[in-house]
Amino acid sequence: MRRKVPYSPSPGSKGARAVPFIAAVMALVAAAPAVQAATPEEIGLEIAKEIDRRDLGFGDSFAVLKMTLSNRHGQKSTRQLRIQTLEVPAPDQGDKTLTIFDQPRDIEGTALLSFTKILDPDDQWLYLPALKRVKRISSANKSGPFVGSEFAYEDLLSFEVAKYDYRWLRDEPCGELTCFVVERVPLYENSGYTRQTVWVDQKEYRIMRTEFFDRKETLLKTLVLSDYKQYLGQYWRAHRLVMENHQTGKATELRFDQYEFRKGLSDANFNPNRLKRLR
Amino acid sequence: MRAAWAGAALAGILTAIATPTRAGEFDFSGFISTELRAYPYSPAFDRQFDDPLAPSIALQPEFRYRWNGGDDRFTLVPFARADAGDDQRTHIDLRELNWVHLADDWDLLLGVSKVFWGVAESRHLVDIVNQTDLVENIDTEDKLGQPMANLNLLNDWGNVSLFVLPGFRERSFPGDEARLRGALPIAEQEAEFESSLKQGHIDFAARWSQVIGDWDIGLSQFHGTSREPRLRPRIESDGDVVLVPKYDIIDQTGLDVQATLDAWLLKLEAITRGGQGERFYATVAGFEYTLFRLLGGAADLGLLAEYLHDSRDQDEAPPTPFDDDFFVGARLALNDVDDTEILAGAVIDRDTQATFISLEAERRLSGNMNLEVEARFFVKVPDSDVLSGIRRDDYVEIRLSTFF
Repeated sequence: MRRKVPYSPSPGSKGARAVPFIAAVMALVAAAPAVQAATPEEIGLEIAKEIDRRDLGFGDSFAVLKMTLSNRHGQKSTRQLRIQTLEVPAPDQGDKTLTIFDQPRDIEGTALLSFTKILDPDDQWLYLPALKRVKRISSANKSGPFVGSEFAYEDLLSFEVAKYDYRWLRDEPCGELTCFVVERVPLYENSGYTRQTVWVDQKEYRIMRTEFFDRKETLLKTLVLSDYKQYLGQYWRAHRLVMENHQTGKATELRFDQYEFRKGLSDANFNPNRLKRLR
Repeated sequence: MRAAWAGAALAGILTAIATPTRAGEFDFSGFISTELRAYPYSPAFDRQFDDPLAPSIALQPEFRYRWNGGDDRFTLVPFARADAGDDQRTHIDLRELNWVHLADDWDLLLGVSKVFWGVAESRHLVDIVNQTDLVENIDTEDKLGQPMANLNLLNDWGNVSLFVLPGFRERSFPGDEARLRGALPIAEQEAEFESSLKQGHIDFAARWSQVIGDWDIGLSQFHGTSREPRLRPRIESDGDVVLVPKYDIIDQTGLDVQATLDAWLLKLEAITRGGQGERFYATVAGFEYTLFRLLGGAADLGLLAEYLHDSRDQDEAPPTPFDDDFFVGARLALNDVDDTEILAGAVIDRDTQATFISLEAERRLSGNMNLEVEARFFVKVPDSDVLSGIRRDDYVEIRLSTFF
């Protein structure tokens, strides 16, 4: 059965009631899935809230990663990047992220700064080092490819509960674990997906796999997350993400070589005016 | 004056480097690029370089040293070019030589660096800190390194950037025998200055910038030597007419605003400048609208339109071709593995229909190589136009750069 979950209530959330509720719900689900009190939508939402709750309080993180793009002919191309993330505790705002490219060399020093919002368009700035120019860019490109990869911008944004509607579908084994299978429907504008199916492991609430369905309701991509490691005794991070596009045969792998938490990053590190001081 | 400045900067850098801290990290990068310009038309003037092909090579190594956990940085970026078609384009410059110190809510830069201000595509009106390296490219986007002391203060109510700019850099012009020169030769060596201190005049600049929701706003003030010279005709003893650059002391106030509203970028740059005849005003205003995921694919197509206006007296102030012009353009980003991007645009004079067409395309060839194609065309340029001297200097250029 499930372990009791450690949790810290977030401001304004109904967290105080939520844990007993979800425990009760899950117990009932296990016993009799058709209980009226817990609709699949309620169960799905509680699972999402639990994922979010377990990630609260990480503060800030720094990661170095390598992105490998490949096509169906096996041609490969790589990028090396660093991602800084600042947790924004306010429940109505998302995290701030700063992505800096180290390779390929022709885009070295190029940086993308994003202030994630929940349903409103994100704020994004691009820094072009050759011109030393900071450009505010439109974030209406959520469904567009991130640097030519199979990841869309929206696939890389921080997870926020209120971005989706949820529906619990079923429980099923996923590898050696058991997963909740939850369908989520993006509520934010400009998404390229009608829905996503997410596999969440019941033990640690880690997302193991996501299937993305395009506007024509066909399976577009599958993301498999693996090599999870736990930091600060609480926060799980996947170190290998593989996104496969079923329609083009292309794939993108993200491999995290380094992850650090609570490096003391502050708002100053995420100020658009500081982009020109990255190198 | 300059030597004292350089000495102070160097002393600062050395003191900072000598301060015992954690081990720093050294980074070496840069690029080497070879390019070939092709001029389809014969030149307009006698003695002008008439080979239709002009090869060129440029090198820009970049040395960076960071210490103190990255809070202190030293940067050295020299630049050198050798050009077959223009003696003046064969040149070296110190793009950067500076020390930066970062604190939580302020940072300081001492040394030579580059600063960009502005939002518009067709003309960079408010961008004034650095001198244009005109021999590099007529698009005025290449800049000469500017000596500066720059303090940035990060406040909740906006970012304040203060600049003291000693050591004026004169504009580089194509040589008399080169393509893309003006209608008359420029006597660069005999440049005149309003200030008796000449290049030693210390200029000042300040900028406030703030993000307010969807709006990015910048307000700037500059006092000092105009980066744009007036070009005054002078009759030489042999009867030839040359243009002598005259650098006036100006005061310029600039405003740059961008509103980012879904797929729309609304842009405005405006300046008012005093010190070159009557005070004048200039504006660039327009938009960029992007059709994301064109035809359901990965590509984005941006549509650009801007209006350019400039009220300056073309005799008392440096002449500009952008007095009453429209710009239309398109930016196609394929969002592919090779970052293929094409930008095409035209600036059309409302009065004379003189048209300047620019095309830039680039893509990555391999992990560290990049191919660019650049073309400029001058259409229907009347003799009276500022650009009349280069009306036969349409060119297509291919540039291959290797990054290391």
